[in-house]
Order: sequence, then structure tokens, then C-alpha cells
Amino acid sequence: MFKKILIANRGEIACRVIDTARKLGVATVAVYSDADRSARHVAMADEAVHIGGPQPAESYLRGEAIIAAAKATGATGIHPGYGFLSENPDFVEAVEAAGLTFIGPSAKAIRAMGLKDAAKKLMEEAGVPVVPGYHGADQSDDLLANEADKIGYPVLIKAVAGGGGKGMRLVERAGDFADALASARSEAKTAFGNPDVLIEKFVTSPRHIEVQVFGDGTEAVHLYERDCSLQRRHQKVIEEAPAPGMTQEMRAAMGEAAVRAAEAIGYAGAGTVEFIVDGSDGLRPDGFWFMEMNTRLQVEHPVTEEVTGIDLVEWQLRVASGEPLPLGQSEIPLRGHAFEARLYAEDVPAGFLPATGRLAHLAFADGCRAETGVRTGDEISPFYDPMIAKIVTHGPTRDIALGKMRRALAETQVAGTVTNLGFLSALCAHDGFAAGKVDTGLIDRDLAMLTKTPAATAEDIALATLAGAGLMDAAEPVSGFTLWAPIRRTILLDHDGDVLSPAIELSGPDTARVTVGDTVVEAVRGPSGWRIGGALAPEVAITGDLVTVFSGAGLGFRVPDPLAILSADAAGGDVVEAPMPGLVKAVFVKPGDRVEAGQKMAIMEAMKMEHTLTAPRDGVVGEVLAAEGAQVEAHAALIALEPEEEAAA
Amino acid sequence: MKLQSQAMTGSESFQANRAAHLEMLGTVADAAALAAAGGGDKSRERHLSRGKMLPRDRVANLLDAGSPFLEVGATAAHGMYDDAAPAAGVIAGIGRVHGQEVMVIANDATVKGGTYYPMTVKKHLRAQEIAQECNLPCLYLVDSGGANLPNQDEVFPDRDHFGRIFYNQAQMSAKGIPQIAVVMGSCTAGGAYVPAMSDVTIIVKDQGTIFLAGPPLVKAATGEVVTAEDLGGGDVHTRLSGVADYLAEDDAHALALARRAVESLNRTRPDTVRWQAAEDPAYDPDEILGVVPGDLRTPYDIREVIARVVDGSRFDEFKPRFGETLVTGFAHLMGCPVGIIANNGVLFSEAAQKGAHFVELCSQRRIPLIFLQNITGFMVGRKYENEGIARHGAKMVTAVATTNVPKVTMLVGGSFGAGNYGMAGRAYQPRFLWTWPNSRISVMGGEQAAGVLATVKRDAIERGGGDWSAEEEAEFKRPTIEMFERQSHPLYASARLWDDGIVDPRKTREVLYLSLLAALNAPIEETRFGVFRM
Repeated sequence: MFKKILIANRGEIACRVIDTARKLGVATVAVYSDADRSARHVAMADEAVHIGGPQPAESYLRGEAIIAAAKATGATGIHPGYGFLSENPDFVEAVEAAGLTFIGPSAKAIRAMGLKDAAKKLMEEAGVPVVPGYHGADQSDDLLANEADKIGYPVLIKAVAGGGGKGMRLVERAGDFADALASARSEAKTAFGNPDVLIEKFVTSPRHIEVQVFGDGTEAVHLYERDCSLQRRHQKVIEEAPAPGMTQEMRAAMGEAAVRAAEAIGYAGAGTVEFIVDGSDGLRPDGFWFMEMNTRLQVEHPVTEEVTGIDLVEWQLRVASGEPLPLGQSEIPLRGHAFEARLYAEDVPAGFLPATGRLAHLAFADGCRAETGVRTGDEISPFYDPMIAKIVTHGPTRDIALGKMRRALAETQVAGTVTNLGFLSALCAHDGFAAGKVDTGLIDRDLAMLTKTPAATAEDIALATLAGAGLMDAAEPVSGFTLWAPIRRTILLDHDGDVLSPAIELSGPDTARVTVGDTVVEAVRGPSGWRIGGALAPEVAITGDLVTVFSGAGLGFRVPDPLAILSADAAGGDVVEAPMPGLVKAVFVKPGDRVEAGQKMAIMEAMKMEHTLTAPRDGVVGEVLAAEGAQVEAHAALIALEPEEEAAA
Repeated sequence: MKLQSQAMTGSESFQANRAAHLEMLGTVADAAALAAAGGGDKSRERHLSRGKMLPRDRVANLLDAGSPFLEVGATAAHGMYDDAAPAAGVIAGIGRVHGQEVMVIANDATVKGGTYYPMTVKKHLRAQEIAQECNLPCLYLVDSGGANLPNQDEVFPDRDHFGRIFYNQAQMSAKGIPQIAVVMGSCTAGGAYVPAMSDVTIIVKDQGTIFLAGPPLVKAATGEVVTAEDLGGGDVHTRLSGVADYLAEDDAHALALARRAVESLNRTRPDTVRWQAAEDPAYDPDEILGVVPGDLRTPYDIREVIARVVDGSRFDEFKPRFGETLVTGFAHLMGCPVGIIANNGVLFSEAAQKGAHFVELCSQRRIPLIFLQNITGFMVGRKYENEGIARHGAKMVTAVATTNVPKVTMLVGGSFGAGNYGMAGRAYQPRFLWTWPNSRISVMGGEQAAGVLATVKRDAIERGGGDWSAEEEAEFKRPTIEMFERQSHPLYASARLWDDGIVDPRKTREVLYLSLLAALNAPIEETRFGVFRM
């Protein structure tokens, strides 16, 4: 076993690897960029080495810096995690050339699977079923279009060097082929530096089922399948194991095919063989085709760990340090069912745009497995994947595991950024998904329903009001005291751009009446917090001016500064006046000109100083009241703006 | 020592007492609601239509959310001026801004344009007096047309009239007590001096005006025609005249600016008493209504009230076996150490001496005093006069008058005659004086007063050989009895600001605590007593 390893990655996977290494008594070295100085993986590792700037190309993709860090710290193995350099055969060679161990497959195996068309050919030869398609070197437009016709529409264009959905296009009709090809190529070129594409038959009602394999360089075993059909734009959202509707026969057939694939390339370590499965008529042993092999530990590996009880990172370290495969095929257990949901900082209503922000508060449900690389107070930066956590649940049956996932999501608390938590919860409540009727088109078909954001209720707003007013902590006995009728305090709250002004009346330290629009919400405080309508109110996090109510997927409210209006006032005004008596040296605007706040409008000379007069606000010049060369008194009006149009609001 | 209550909460008398108190409470609550409504629906609507916040909302939005608000003179001017001036047209009270206790004085422009009736002046001055004694920053939310002209003779000329407001501002400012004005409406004539005399002044754009003479008077005097805004609007005063310091967009913005002004005051509470952790009374304060008889003439043990007011119902009674009609002792009230002086019957010489002794103790230890006043007076009769009850009473009055520890008086029953003096009545300048709805205050009981008058008259008639029937005597006494009854009622008293307000007996603990808390913003000075007639 290694004495010390370096983890050439960041985020949750680096933390995940460090966890297992620590369990095995292996010391760990983290590497980090400028943006990750105080990241969780750095705090967890025994040692940490700074390797460059925040952009991946300046740090986590710099193989030589990482190898130097390993040498400097005495680490003898490098775990690549996923992404970054994990499937870069040149890096593997460099690691080995430096006399270190790469914890993963050989450069040769990675190369064999790295180019999708070559991989398919290889698999066909090894007797693994592949999707009909064109994987040729000739990349001329006409030929590709021809091949697409031969395969029959719909077809999929994929980047040869690709992965993760980049450089991938679905083409429904021959007429759309040329445009799709051009854009796939350009994306592939940007992402991978290689514009070459392959073309495949597009399977209708397809399911994405992958098999976890583990090899020792000669022999391989499989650890059953994962169903990753719940995808959005080819990005996995929720994964599970086993696949719903899987039969013994089908599992055996897929497992054998996957092991064949791994052994064909002398695979060592953890890998995943992805298949496309025709789910239109149940799972049939002749209805699956090889898609690609991922020569790394997958993001979704925890579901396999949950159903097998095997720590895949432990296996990686043991096999890489020369041990044989810990278990034979027949010894690998399969028990119960597991799910993994990927929690992202993303703006779902805006089309799942990646989001950033400081995590003002982060908490996960008790009893679920949460793999995360961030803590409360950490930043989701624009430089890396905006994943916050993977939430993993396991149960004896699919139904129980899914129920646990629903509860785990409901109890997940994130404040400080928007997330896809509501979307994940909606997905877990989806009838088709609950019934196991999954395919890769499920999310797109029901997207509107899945992304509908529930509006904040009067109760949620009332709670945010109490929080915004600073009334969450235990009250003083005279809180809210009045001799007779309570007084009524108004609070401002900004909820997604809507400015609300709910009012609070306290009739005692622990009794509040909050008026939200036309609704009156009565709240009573007990030892465990506010109760609204008898029910314990959701938890609330308050950070600075942000109040997050953990109702549903979490509702964010800002408490606007009532004095922020002051700056608007300073910028307001319709007339530019002379600040003191003096000479108008220059006027730069004329009536009808459109000006922006701060734009230079005139220059005055007074007391031997030049004073620049700027537009007090955006607007249109109405009148110029002083000519160049005029001597004016203090406060003389020089330039008048048109009154602001009421209609502008 | 924890007090043991003898009350039986299920008893008939307990329920009857409670019912009687609730009825009296209802009368006061109705009066308070009437006062809080200000100048009525029509003028409230007009006020709102101008984009202004109602005065009570202004106060609420100035204070911290959840701040207690200890209102002063809530039913001032009740039943006066044909009920034309609810709450005397001004709201006053102590609340918190950024955790700092402040005195808020807010004109109610829905009441005759916020003009100053005699009681308005008195209330404003009383609020300033509290602020000065308690060292509380003053926030004036100004929206007033100035003196109420039909009442000018009772508003303008005397010492404690309108001019005293500005005198007080200057005096307080000189003592380092911040004066902050928010001009949210008119500030005309003398009223112009409220913002002008303040340390910091905020004015609301297109709404607040400050001028010595309004446009009509200017036109009459000089013929100049000018708009109110050009004469003394927010723009003029913040840009040209410098009478105001900050220009606010609207009421809400002005209040936020005022809050910020308080935030930057850099004040700390002086070190006064040793606080300890607060504890609820062992007996429910709600039971006060049942343990105190509804009829003033029924005696009861005042310890039943103390047990429902102080922390843990613990009372370290001082001199319990001497002068038993006066109960004295130490306790804590929401963590604050207090000395309590409470009546348990008529005052005898021993009781008065004990009271003086106890006031000396508290003064030496700088412990605030709480007076629970229920007193028919000092004992009368030859024995008592001859033993010098006036001398002993004078000792207690001297002690109470000259002590420098904060005094808070709660009138829980009768307040008659010289007993009022010894028990820190209004003239003895307690920091606060509150009353219960069942309390009565007058120089003597109505029956006694009518009796005295009737005796004099009967003597005169009988000297002239006349005859005076019992019916005639009763008829003679009736108006006096009725007058005393009317004038001793707490609403009558509070209307005239003989006290700071009527309180729900169940809130006694909170009111006393908030009074102490306010009072302890000022340091407790060393006491120097006058000559005690020994």
C-alpha cells in the first residue's frame, strides 16, 4: 500500500479520495489553485501544494506542476479523480516516467478508449455489440451526410475525442445535418482541440445503462449496472443502481460484455462501460449497444458502492499498489437499491445556467450520504463545475431508497446561491420516475412541470419577515410590549426582484401577526422556534442581508437597505447648477441630446479651478440656459434635463 | 424569601374581583383606542392621501422591530376640549432605535393639524422632562401647525408653555442629550424652532416645511407671494438655508435616516446597578386581577401583588414586625435590584419612620425605589397628633423628596391626602408615575369632603336656630361626592397628565421594568437628604 498519495483534483472527489486514503492509513497531498486556497479538500489533506491560477489550464491541468508537487512531498501515487487530467494518456506517461504510480488505467488503455470510433471498432472485434454508425477517418461533409443517410435518421453526431455531451448533436432530418455538423465540429474543436466527429444511430426511447468494471490489467470483474437515464442535455441528473426492470439474463449479458471490453484493452482499475439500451419494449439481452468506456472513476460511483458495500477508491488504491482484485465475480454482493442526485448551483428558470455565490449556509439531511467539496462560507466560483454535492441514499427497495432521497432533498439547506434543488425534488416526485419508467427523454418531455418554481406562500414570507426584522432569536420578555394596542412595523423584502412590504405586530414577545398583502399570518413562538398555523415553521438562515427560508427548495429574500435610496437621490435632479460664481468655459451638450448619468456636460472656471459639471441622471437635455463665456452666479441653472417620463416605469 | 400567596384562584371573590377589574380595564381600553385613532377616519384618509404615514406608523417604523414602546400620556386630554384632541394630538413614549432607548415625540397632524392645545404642551413638556431625567435622546417627528390659536392664553405665555419646549431642547443639548428632529409636515412659527434647535434635522422632500411665518402671513405682512415649498421646503432648507441637514424622499426614508442618526450617537449605558438573571414570578401576574379587590375600601395584603411582580416572587422584607402598615423590602425585577415600599393600610408614626429608614438604605446602596401606592392617609386623632405623627410623616416625605435614586410609583389603589406625598406622588417627581384603572386620587375621599362641608353648614344653620333635615343634608352632599368621584377617576387624572398613564395591572411588571430601564440611562447621583425632624 502507498504511504502517501497526491490527489490531482479538487472539490468533492478530492475529498472523497482523501476520506478513503485516511481510512487506509495513507497520507494525502492536495493541490490547489488560487481560487481554492481555503477549499475543503485543502483543509482535509495532510499537506497541500499550490499549483497556480484559478483557471484549470493554470493549475489543475498542469501535469508537470502536479508531478513536481508529488516529488516534492514524497507522494508515490497520484489519484486523478475525474475530469481534468484523469483521462489524459500523456499525463499518465509523464507520471510513470517520473517514477510515480498513476492510480488508474494505463496510457495505452486510455488511448484505446479515448477515440470513440477506434474504441467501437475494437469492441466490435471483441464481440461487444455496438450501435450502427460511421467511425471513419474521412471527415468530408458529403461522406458524413451519406453515412448518416445509410444509418437512417434520427442520427447522433458526436465528437470523436469528446465526452460529457460536448460536441454532440441530435439530427432528426437530413436537411438539418449540415448545420448540426458545423456546430458540433466547432464545439469539439474548442473543447478538445479535435474537430473530428462520428455518426451513430439514435435509439428511440433510449436508456443509458452503464456497467462498473474493475480490472487488474489482465482480468476484470463487473460490479453491476447503474441506470443514468435521467439526463438533461446529456448531463446526468439522477443515477441509480440497479437499473429498473433489469433481469438476471440481461445483467449477465451486459456484465459479460463489459468485462470483455475491459479485458480487451488490458484494463487496470475502475472503469465504466456505457451502453445505450432500447427501453421501448422492456429490457432485452439483444437490445443494448456499447457507447463508450470511461477510463476513470465516475461521478456516480457511490450508487455502486451503496449496493455492493464496496469502497471503489479503496479498490483503486489496493490494485494500483499491486494487490490482486479483492473479490472474485461471484463474491460481489448486490443488495438493495441506491440513488444519487447531483446538487448544482444553477439557475433552473434561466435554463439551468451555472450560478455562483458564497454559500451562506449549507446543511444536509441526517442519514443521507452527501459527497461535497464545499462548506458553509465557501464560494461557488465561476472557474469550476458548480456542483455543490452529490446526495446519495440507499434502501432495501427502490421505493424506500427513493423515499429517503425525497426526504434528504427536502432537508437539504443551501443559502447564498440558486440551486437545482427544487428541480431534483420535482424529479423525485415524478410518477414515471417513481414507477421506474425512465428513459433519456423523460426530463425534456416534462421539463415545464419539473422546473415550475412554487411561489413563496404567505407563511414563507411571514417567516422571512420575522427573520428580516431580527425576531428569530429568543425574545426579551418585553419584546413587542405596548400599553394598549400593538404597533405595526413594516419591513421591506426583495424576493426575486419583487419588493414586498409585509407588516408585523407583536402582541407579546412570542406572538406575532404578520400581514402579507391581504393575508394575515399568525405566528407563535415556542421553545423550538416559530410555529405558523400550528406547524413548526421551516428553518431559516440569515447571512448579512440575505434571509433564506428552507421551504421547498429554499426561498431567498434580501432585506433592502432603506437608505440605498439616498444614492438615487444624489443622482437625481433635473437641473445642473453652477456650484459657485464663475465663468462657463465650455458646454458640451445641446437640447435633445441623450445623456447618461455622470456624462460631462459643461466646464466652469471659478477661483482658478476648472469644475466639470456632469449629468445628474440618465435623460434628455431639455434646455441649455447658459452660453459659453457667460459669467454666472452660484446656483444659477445652467442645463435643464427633460422631466423623467412617467411612462418609463 | 419566597412569598406565599393566600389567594384561592377558584374562589368566588377572586372571580368577582377579576370581573370588576376587567370592566374597569375595558373602559380604559376603549379610551385608549379612541386616543390611538387620532383625528378620525376622514382626517386619517386625508393624511394618507398626501403620501404621509400615520403618526403611529411613523413611530413604529422609527423603532426597532420588536422594540417595546412605553407610551406616555396615552389618554391625555381624554374628555377635554369636547374630545377634539385625542391623545392631546401628540404621541410620546420610550422605544428603542438600534438598541438605544430614546424618547419619541410625534405630532399627530390628523388632530387639528397637530396644533398645540394646553394639554399638548403639557404632554410634550412631560416627555421632555422624562428624557432629561433619564438621559434619553429625543426624536421629534414634527408635523404641527404650531400653537392652537383659540387657546393661545393657555399655550403661549407662561413658564411651562410652548417656549419651554425649546428651552428644554437647549438645556438637554447642553447636557449632551441628543436632539433629533424629523420634519414630516408643517413646522410653523414657534414650531420652526423644534428643528432649528435640534442637533440634527431631517426633512421630507415636498412635504416638510419650516418657516416662522407661513405664506398667508407673509402676504399680509409684506405683500410677498410665495409658495410654502419656496418659502421653507425641504430643498430650500437642505440646500440654501441650512436649517435642515438631510433631505428625505418620503416618510420611510426620513425614518431610516433618523435611525442612522441614532446609530452614530456613540452612547453607552452608565454603570448603575448589579443586574442578575431575570426570573418569572412564581405566581402568575395575570392573577393580580383576582387578588386585588374590585372595591377600594376592601383591605387586602399588598404582598399578593408583590408576589406577582418580582422575580421568583422572592421578597427580602425589611423590618417586617415594625410599622406593619407599610411593607418595605428588597427584591429583583427582571434582574434589576429594587427596593419596594408598599401600603398595607393607613400610615402610623412607626410606619413613616420605617419608610424613611428604608429610603435611606436604598439611597446609600443606590437601589431604585418602587412605590406601590394605596393610601387613605396618615392616621388622625389626638393620640397620633400628640405623639408627633406630622413629624414622623415629615421624615418620610423628606427622605422621598430628596433621595436621588430613581423612583417609580404605581398607583394601585387610593391616593388620598398626605399619604400621596410620602408615597412619591406626582409632586415628588418620581421618574414615572403609573396608575391602575381601579385607582382613585383626591385630597380626601368624596364622602369625607362632603361630610366636612356638611358639618360646617349644619353648624351654621343650627347656630341660626334653623333646622336641617337628613334629606337636605344628603342633597347638599351629593354634588360634592359626585364631583370627587368624577375628578378622582384615573381617566380624569390621566387626561390632565397627573400621571404618565393608566396601565393594565397584569402588565405592572413590564411597565416597572421598562421604567427602571429607561431611568437607568442616567447615572445614580449621590443623595444628600434634608434635615430630618427627629
